[in-house]
Amino acid sequence: MAQVKERYVGQSVKRKEDAELITGQGRYTEDISIPGMLWMSVVRSPFANARIRSVDLSKARVMDGVVAAFSGKDLAGDWAAPMLMAWPVTEDIKNPPHWPLTQDIARYQGDGVAVVVAESRAAAADAAEAVEVDYEPLDPAVDMEAAIADGAPLVHEDIGTNKSYTWTLTNGDPDKVFADAPVVVKERYVIQRQIPNAIEPRAVLVQPSPAQGEFTMWSATQIPHIVRVAMTITTGIPESKLRIIAPKVGGGFGSKLQVYPEEALCLALAKRLGRAVKWVETRSENYLATHHGRDQIQEIEFAADEDGKIRGYRCRILTNMGAYLMIITPGTPLLGAFLYCGPYGGEAYHVEFTGVFTNTTPTDAYRGAGRPEATYAVERTMDALARRVGKDPVEIRRINFIPPFTEPTPSPGGLTLDSGNYAATLDRALELAGYEDLRKEQRARREQGTVKQIGIGFSTYLEMCGLAPSRVLSALRYAAGGWDAATVRLLPTGKVVVIVGTTPHGQSHVTTFAQIVADDLGVPVDDVEVLYGDTQLAPLGMDTYGSRSLAVGGVAVHRAAQKVVAKVRKIAAHELEVAEEDLEYEGGRFAVKGAPDRAKTVGELGFSAWTAHNLPDGLEPGVEETAVYDAQNFVFPYGAHICAVEVDTETGKVDVLKYVAVDDVGTIINPQVVDGQVVGGVVQGIAEALYEQAVYDENGQLLTSSMTNYEIPAAPDVPEIAVGRSETPSTTNELGVKGVGETGTIASPPAVVNAVIDALSPLGVTDIGRPMSPERVWRTIRDAKEGGAR
Amino acid sequence: MLRHISLTVNGTRHDADVEPRQLLVYFIRETLGLTGTNVGCDTSTCGACTVLIDGRSVKSCTMLAVQADGRDITTIEGMARNGDLHPIQRAFHENHGLQCGYCTPGMIMAAASLIEENPQLSEESVRMGLEGNLCRCTGYQNIVKAILAAAEEIRSSARVSSR
Ligand code: FES
Ligand code: FES
Repeated sequence: MAQVKERYVGQSVKRKEDAELITGQGRYTEDISIPGMLWMSVVRSPFANARIRSVDLSKARVMDGVVAAFSGKDLAGDWAAPMLMAWPVTEDIKNPPHWPLTQDIARYQGDGVAVVVAESRAAAADAAEAVEVDYEPLDPAVDMEAAIADGAPLVHEDIGTNKSYTWTLTNGDPDKVFADAPVVVKERYVIQRQIPNAIEPRAVLVQPSPAQGEFTMWSATQIPHIVRVAMTITTGIPESKLRIIAPKVGGGFGSKLQVYPEEALCLALAKRLGRAVKWVETRSENYLATHHGRDQIQEIEFAADEDGKIRGYRCRILTNMGAYLMIITPGTPLLGAFLYCGPYGGEAYHVEFTGVFTNTTPTDAYRGAGRPEATYAVERTMDALARRVGKDPVEIRRINFIPPFTEPTPSPGGLTLDSGNYAATLDRALELAGYEDLRKEQRARREQGTVKQIGIGFSTYLEMCGLAPSRVLSALRYAAGGWDAATVRLLPTGKVVVIVGTTPHGQSHVTTFAQIVADDLGVPVDDVEVLYGDTQLAPLGMDTYGSRSLAVGGVAVHRAAQKVVAKVRKIAAHELEVAEEDLEYEGGRFAVKGAPDRAKTVGELGFSAWTAHNLPDGLEPGVEETAVYDAQNFVFPYGAHICAVEVDTETGKVDVLKYVAVDDVGTIINPQVVDGQVVGGVVQGIAEALYEQAVYDENGQLLTSSMTNYEIPAAPDVPEIAVGRSETPSTTNELGVKGVGETGTIASPPAVVNAVIDALSPLGVTDIGRPMSPERVWRTIRDAKEGGAR
Repeated sequence: MLRHISLTVNGTRHDADVEPRQLLVYFIRETLGLTGTNVGCDTSTCGACTVLIDGRSVKSCTMLAVQADGRDITTIEGMARNGDLHPIQRAFHENHGLQCGYCTPGMIMAAASLIEENPQLSEESVRMGLEGNLCRCTGYQNIVKAILAAAEEIRSSARVSSR
């Protein structure tokens, strides 16, 4: 085994995963084919709410190439249970059954009503068109507030309400704090619905081995391990007979943190027909059938002193579930429930969430999941408070930050924070942004009355990630744990294999984990192979979401490598004929203290362990160690984002002039990868502020139904992002790492919106809806001018 | 009724009988088995399917296979020569111009065409030139950097070889 002196952690090692992806050799699910496989197509309801009177499959069944066709009722007997919902957030939550195909009523446009299976993709698509469904359209519940009013149409008749749950959290005595406070600001915000749009649509392929009763599923998923458990529950196929593989996955952003009906359907059909079955989502289908994100109405209040020091937080939130509760639909907003106080202090806290059913596509996690919503409410309200008490947005934040700490510290939301120096990231961001010059330019343009006005917006956020300590999850009523696992294996010829339970879809696990292990074992990073995404390969795993792969999975990788070191240390002591304590370990080499030439490398010791010719008594041959890590706490990244915009006051067009992101995500393993995550996330969040919104009409028809009318930004639409950081090690884990996958989408939307409001503040503008399309900005300006003239 | 076509893909001539309604992207992916070219949408919006046809970038989902009769096509699999990566591929790797990699083949092909048309690319012209290619992961910044770096490399090696 080659030995290296340099350390990899902290360096921008070029990605090991790139070679196949830049040459077209990466295999995504759609790229995998099995001879003789069949294609599935799903017949979907065109109505948001409709009774299914009958499903006529006769025309479809006789078409060329069609092998079979089934209605929801035909397959009813194939299910051992409905689709799994794993997060019943309250004891009395309403969770009506969600079947892979609906049997009686279609509850959203896109709800699966029937399936056809054919010899080719085209034949399956044609046959799906030929299925005749007799629908009786019913009044839909579309608007969330209307859905909870008396007499609203019900999404699920039998539960008698559109409220799924109400969840509350109280710390301190908010009623008293609010009654006593001299200043109370109250705001209302609408967080519009988003469509995640991973560029790879979903795809599923199931290959059965009928004689063995075994099934292999390839799926474009973030969560192969969770899919396996869920599929066993829904189909009744024993878990031991199911192998789930997530090959290359083309982005997820939460949308593939899901267990989908099409996975259950491909499995059930492969079982019935004894043949491989494949399904590939079209993009238009993705807009209807892949879960959406966000969609809240928030009422938030801060109680404060006259000088703007916050005493308490109070928030009431309506959160749209869509038509069914999917894997963590009800829990997703609660991932932000502890953060409606940002990085600020205070003595009282109360939040209340009501989950509402509507006849729309189900919602679930979308990059940030609950935390962007919380951050938006808090950062907008900070500016409202600043206006109210006559302070600058920088100053209001400074006086409210929890002071710097390196030991665990409580927050008003009830969290125990790991480490933080909030003012430091703000200072750095002000410096990078050239804040004073921006303000100067703003004043100059205001004096000149130019058409294009400048605004500066802030977001000093705090988030929690690294999902999650299993005991905390249990307290939150989540059905599974939040640990993760890794195995490190030494091969006889000196190479290292690492097998992990987390599953990448762009995050660079292969490189990052190899860097950690290469340092631990003192081997070249290219000698470390990282394998993932297969339940057969990695029996233990909880997959990838909630910025957990490094903060949980990476710690497991490090611990497994440390176990390897501990084992080969025994062999080193035996071969060098000294006690273990007499060995010094550095850079993959055990040397006798005081006699540095007497030494063995990890590679040599791995070979000894394999031959097993001369091992200490009782030591097992081979070196393969597994670690399972369950964190005791979350990790808490934070930072300061500053956005400068130019608003054309005649057209309403907003241009981002400058965007500075200064984040503290703890210890950095690979700076280039971290910057990539930050920039990608920030741009996605800017898109949420400026461009993206899923729009339904009053009949529950999705108007933004394809990539042509849902505005995903392209390269000319987004700015260059300036990235800075501080590095305050987390006290939660020994690597000191936090998480970086979601910081960008969590932090950026309020920075952009606050900037636009700041630009328009001379007109008296204090609020604007999102996304801030030119038309909306233009109307806001017009209304402000008319209001001012009155 | 199948139609006969004959075309060159990555330097190899192919003769095939195709369904008149088969899209070029599926001919490339499913008939030829070149799965590096991806499909990300059904509205010709995302650019994941971009290939070069007679040297110019084209979204291969906007064309029928029969329309490619007689044409010369390059896909991502044809970019590396004799095991050497194309400068654009290298630049994407060096500059971390990809995360999940799904948009990457299309981005690289679009970039090849951009550089071919205008070796003096600026940041702005790269961004404008990529208008038809969506990436959800990178925020485009490193893609733009990679293309500018590749353009520079191609320019300087052209200078060297023309000496
Ligand atoms: S697949 Fe061709 S543009 Fe999207
Ligand atoms: S790298 Fe994932 S879509 Fe571009």
